[in-house]
Amino acid sequence: MKTKVLAIDDSRTIRNLLAACLEEAGFEYHSAVDGREGVDLYPDLAPDVVITDINMPNLDGFGVIEELRGDGINSKVPILVLTTESSADLKARARSAGATGWITKPFDDDSLIFALKRVTGAVA
Amino acid sequence: MQLQAETKHTEHSEFVSFTVASQAFCLKITQIREIRRWQPVTVLPHAPADVLGVMNLRGAVIPIYDLSARFGLEQAEASERNVVIVVSVHDKPVGLLAESVSEIISIDPEDIQETPQVDSRNTMDFIQGIISQNDEMVRIINLNAVIASTEQVAL
Amino acid sequence: MTGSIMDTFFEECEELLEAMDAGLAAIEEGDQDAETVNAVFRAVHSIKGGAGAFGLDDLVAFAHNFETVFDDVRSNKLQLDEKLVQLLFRASDHLSDLVTCARDGGEVDQAHHDVLISALGEYIDDDEEELVFEPMGVGAAFDPAPLPSLAEAKEATFDIRFHPLKEMFDTGNEPYFLFQALSDLGELTVRLDDSELPGYDAMEDGESYLSWELTLVTSENRSAIEAVFEFVEGLCELSISSEGEEEADADALAALNAAFGLPPVEEESAVALPLEQPVPDAVETPAPVDAVAEVEVTPVPEVESEKVAIKAAGSKKESTKSSGPKPTLRVELDRVDRLINAVGELIINHSMLAQQIANLDVSDTRDVETELEGFKNLARDIQEGVMAIRAQPVKPLFQRMARIVREASAATGKTAKLITIGETTEVDKTVIERLADPLTHILRNAVDHGIESPEARAAAGKEKGGEITLTAAHRSGSVCIEVKDDGAGLNRKKIRQIAIDKGLIPENAELNDSEIDNLLFLPGFSTAKEISNLSGRGVGMDVVKNAVTALGGRVNISSNPGQGSVFSIILPLTLAVMDGMVVSVAGHTMVVPITAIVETMRGNDDMINNLGADGTLLSIRGSFVPICDVAGSLGLRSNTGDEPAGVYLLVETENGDRCALAVDDIHDQRQVVIKSLDGVCGNVPGVSAATILGDGKIAMILDPESIVTASSSAAVFDTDRRMSNAIAS
Repeated sequence: MKTKVLAIDDSRTIRNLLAACLEEAGFEYHSAVDGREGVDLYPDLAPDVVITDINMPNLDGFGVIEELRGDGINSKVPILVLTTESSADLKARARSAGATGWITKPFDDDSLIFALKRVTGAVA
Repeated sequence: MQLQAETKHTEHSEFVSFTVASQAFCLKITQIREIRRWQPVTVLPHAPADVLGVMNLRGAVIPIYDLSARFGLEQAEASERNVVIVVSVHDKPVGLLAESVSEIISIDPEDIQETPQVDSRNTMDFIQGIISQNDEMVRIINLNAVIASTEQVAL
Repeated sequence: MTGSIMDTFFEECEELLEAMDAGLAAIEEGDQDAETVNAVFRAVHSIKGGAGAFGLDDLVAFAHNFETVFDDVRSNKLQLDEKLVQLLFRASDHLSDLVTCARDGGEVDQAHHDVLISALGEYIDDDEEELVFEPMGVGAAFDPAPLPSLAEAKEATFDIRFHPLKEMFDTGNEPYFLFQALSDLGELTVRLDDSELPGYDAMEDGESYLSWELTLVTSENRSAIEAVFEFVEGLCELSISSEGEEEADADALAALNAAFGLPPVEEESAVALPLEQPVPDAVETPAPVDAVAEVEVTPVPEVESEKVAIKAAGSKKESTKSSGPKPTLRVELDRVDRLINAVGELIINHSMLAQQIANLDVSDTRDVETELEGFKNLARDIQEGVMAIRAQPVKPLFQRMARIVREASAATGKTAKLITIGETTEVDKTVIERLADPLTHILRNAVDHGIESPEARAAAGKEKGGEITLTAAHRSGSVCIEVKDDGAGLNRKKIRQIAIDKGLIPENAELNDSEIDNLLFLPGFSTAKEISNLSGRGVGMDVVKNAVTALGGRVNISSNPGQGSVFSIILPLTLAVMDGMVVSVAGHTMVVPITAIVETMRGNDDMINNLGADGTLLSIRGSFVPICDVAGSLGLRSNTGDEPAGVYLLVETENGDRCALAVDDIHDQRQVVIKSLDGVCGNVPGVSAATILGDGKIAMILDPESIVTASSSAAVFDTDRRMSNAIAS
C-alpha cells in the first residue's frame, strides 16, 4: 500500500512541486487548496500524513492542526508544517498546536522525503 | 487521393508533379496535405489577380492562389478538371490551383540542377531547382517564396 | 516536469499579483480589514515561496522585504497611511516587473529596485531585516540525503538513549518511525527499556513510561543522527554519545533544551539504565515491527475514538462545503477552442441539414422541422455554454490599467485617479488580451493630453486631481468599454491644423466636431508637437483603431471642451457567432451583421434622387440618405451601368450617419459562425470576416461601417485607401 499524503497549500506552485516529488517517490498524493478543504477532505481520505502550509485563506495551518487534533476529529495523524522561514517561534507555535514536524520552504526532494520518513517511516 | 510515401531506402525524396499552364512543376510530397478537385471559390473583394478567393476545407477558411497568375503564365478559367493542391505554409493550409496532377516521382537530390539564369525575376524566385524527368523539365517550387510574396501583395 | 511547474508558477504569479493589486486598491479605498491585508500578505508570501523553490533569488529577496513590511501592517505595528500605500503600490508594480523578468529574461531597472528596497527598508526594524532561509536548530547542518555514503567513511558507534516525554505523543511523532529513519544511517540495535512501566493499575492515561537504548554503527556524523530527532527536540530526553564525546553531548543537549525553553535534562536520567535488567521483547533492527505492538500498552494511538471522530466530522463536511470558493477547473485553452470549433461546425451542420430537408421532395416536413428547431436550440445552448467558458471578467485588465494611470501620473507630474466600473463584466478571453494595448494607449493619452496640470485645473475651478473613469458594460449584444476623463477635452483647432499640416485633409475641408475628433484615428496623425515619453512612442491612435477593428469592434471619441473626452470601444459580445442577414450582391452571397441594420426596404425609382454627377440619395419618409452600392464599393461590379435591383439596407454608423446599402436581394436572417480571415488573407476593405453557409460555401461578412466610409465622399475618412496607397508607394 502506498503511503497516502494530503498536502494543503493555497499555492498551486507548491502543490505542483509537492505532487511532482511525492508521486515520483511513489506516494499517493492528494491535495487541498486551503485549510478548510483540507480538514473537510481528511475524514474520508484518511491520509497517512498531512502536509500543511501555515498562511492560507479560510482556515490557516494552525487551524488545520487544531481541528485535526481537536475533539471533533481527534486524530494522531502526523502533520508536517510547511514554513517559509525557519523561525523558532513559528515552529514552537506549530508544535504546541500539535504539529509533528516541519518542512522549510524552499524544500528539496530529499529533505521532503526525509521528513516524511521520520514521521511515517515510509520511504514511499 | 492517397499519396503515401514508400519506405525510403535511399536518400531519394518523393515529389508530386503537376502542370500549371502546360508547364511541369513539382512539390515535395511532405509539403502537400491533400489534393482536391476544383470547386468554385468565394471571391475576396479587392483581391489581387493571383488570389482566386477562399474555400471551405472542413470548416476552415483557406485562401486559394492561382499558380499560373503567380508565375506570370497564361491564366485559364478554372474548371472541374483542375485540382487544388492543399499545402501547409507556416502551419496554415493554403490551396494552390493547378491544371492537373501528373505523378509521384522519386528524386535523388544529386539530380537536382540549379535554375539557369533566365530573364524573369519571378520565375527565378519561385523555382528552387529543376530536374529532368522522362526528357521533360520539372520545376521544383519554392513554396515559401510563392506564398510569402503573395501574402504581401494581398496586404 | 520542472518546466511545466515553473509555467504554473508564473501563471499563478499573475493571479497573485492581480489579487495583490485588488487588495491594495481596496486598502487605498479605506478598507483595512484584516482579511484584506492578509490576502495581500498571502499573495506576496506565495510568490516568495514559489520563487524560492526555483531559486529566483532577486524575486525572493524583494518579496521578502515587501512581505516583512506587510507583516508589520498585519500585526498593527505599522499604520497604513497614504505614503505607505503608495509605496506598496510601487512595490507591487515592481514585484510584477521582477516576475516578468524572471519569466522572460531581461533586466529590471536596478536603480528603481534599489530605491524601493531602501524605501521599504525604512519601514523595517533592523532586527527583522535579515532574510534567513536556513533551517534553524540542530537540523541546520544535516545532509538532506542521510544515506550511507558509498565512499569509505570511518564508521563510529553511537549509543543513543531516547525517552519520549508524554507531550511528544501529542504531536503525532512515533518512536518507531524515528528508529526506522535511524536504521537508514547504519546498523541499528534497539532495546526497549520498560523498567519505568508501573503495574497496570498504577498506569496513568497519557503518561510515557518507556525508553529505548539504541546502538547505531554508522559512517554518518553526529548531526545526521540529530537531524533524525529534529522534530522531537525538547519533546524527549535524548542523549547521543560515542567514545569520548559524552561531555560534548551533554552540553549540546543542554543548549538544545535551553533553546526550547525546557529545563536542562538531569545528567542522571540521561544515563543508561542498568542493562542487566531483563528487557522483554527487545527487538533487533531492521524493522522492529514488534516495538509498535509493545507501544500499544502505552496510551498512544487511540484508534477507537478516531473512528468515531471521523464519522462526526463526516457529517460536518456537508455543512462547511458551501463556505469555500466556487470550485473551478483549469482547462487547457486548446481544448476549449477545439470545442468551440466543433460547436461552430454543429451550427453550420444544422443549417446544411435544414437546407437539404427544404430541398427534399416531401410534402409534410413539420415533424422534422420541429426536431430541427430543437436541434438548433440545443446547438445554441451549447454554443453559449462554451463561449461562457472563454468569458472572463475584465477586472484583471482594469487592474493593470490602474498601474498604467499611476505610472503615467508619476511621469507627467499630474494627479490622476482611475475609477473602474463594471469590473465583473465578462468578455471573451481573446478580447481581454487584445484590449490591453489599445487601452493602455488611450489611458496614457488621457493622462498625458487629457488631464490638465494641477495648476491649470485649479485655475479652471476643478479639483486638483483628475479623474479617469474606465467602464465596462454589456449593451444590447455588444460590450462597451469606455474611458472618460474630466480633462480639458480635445483641442479641435489644433487637431484640425495638424491634420492639414500633415496633408490628411484639404485646407478647406468642412468638418463637424465629431469628424474633427475622429481625425485622431487617422494613420499618420500624431500630436508630435508635444513629444512626450509617454503617449508619444511613435504610435498614434490609429493603432488603437486597428486593434479594435481587428476584434470586429469600433472605437469612437467624443469630447466636450473644458469637460473632458470619452473614448468608447464597442465590441461584439462573442467572437464566434453572430446574427446576420444573408443577402446577394452581384451574384455573391454575403452576410450583413443584424446589429448594423436599422431597417430593410425595397425601393423604386421614385425614391432615388441624383445629387451631383454620381451621388444618389434615397428618400425615406421625407429624409434623404446617401445610397452606397455595395457591389461597386467592393469592386465586384464590372459594369457601372448595371444598377442594383433596388433592395436597401438602412445602416447607421458609429457617428450616427445613415446610409442605404444597395444590394440585389435579401434572403433570410440567421445565426452564422464567424471565421476570421486573419492569416488567411490581408485586410479586405469592406469585409470583417467570413462564414460558412448551409451549402458549405463561404460567404463574406460585410463591415457596413467601412463600406460606408470607403464610399463616403469625404476623403478624410478614406483610411483604407490611404493605407493601401502608403503601402504601394
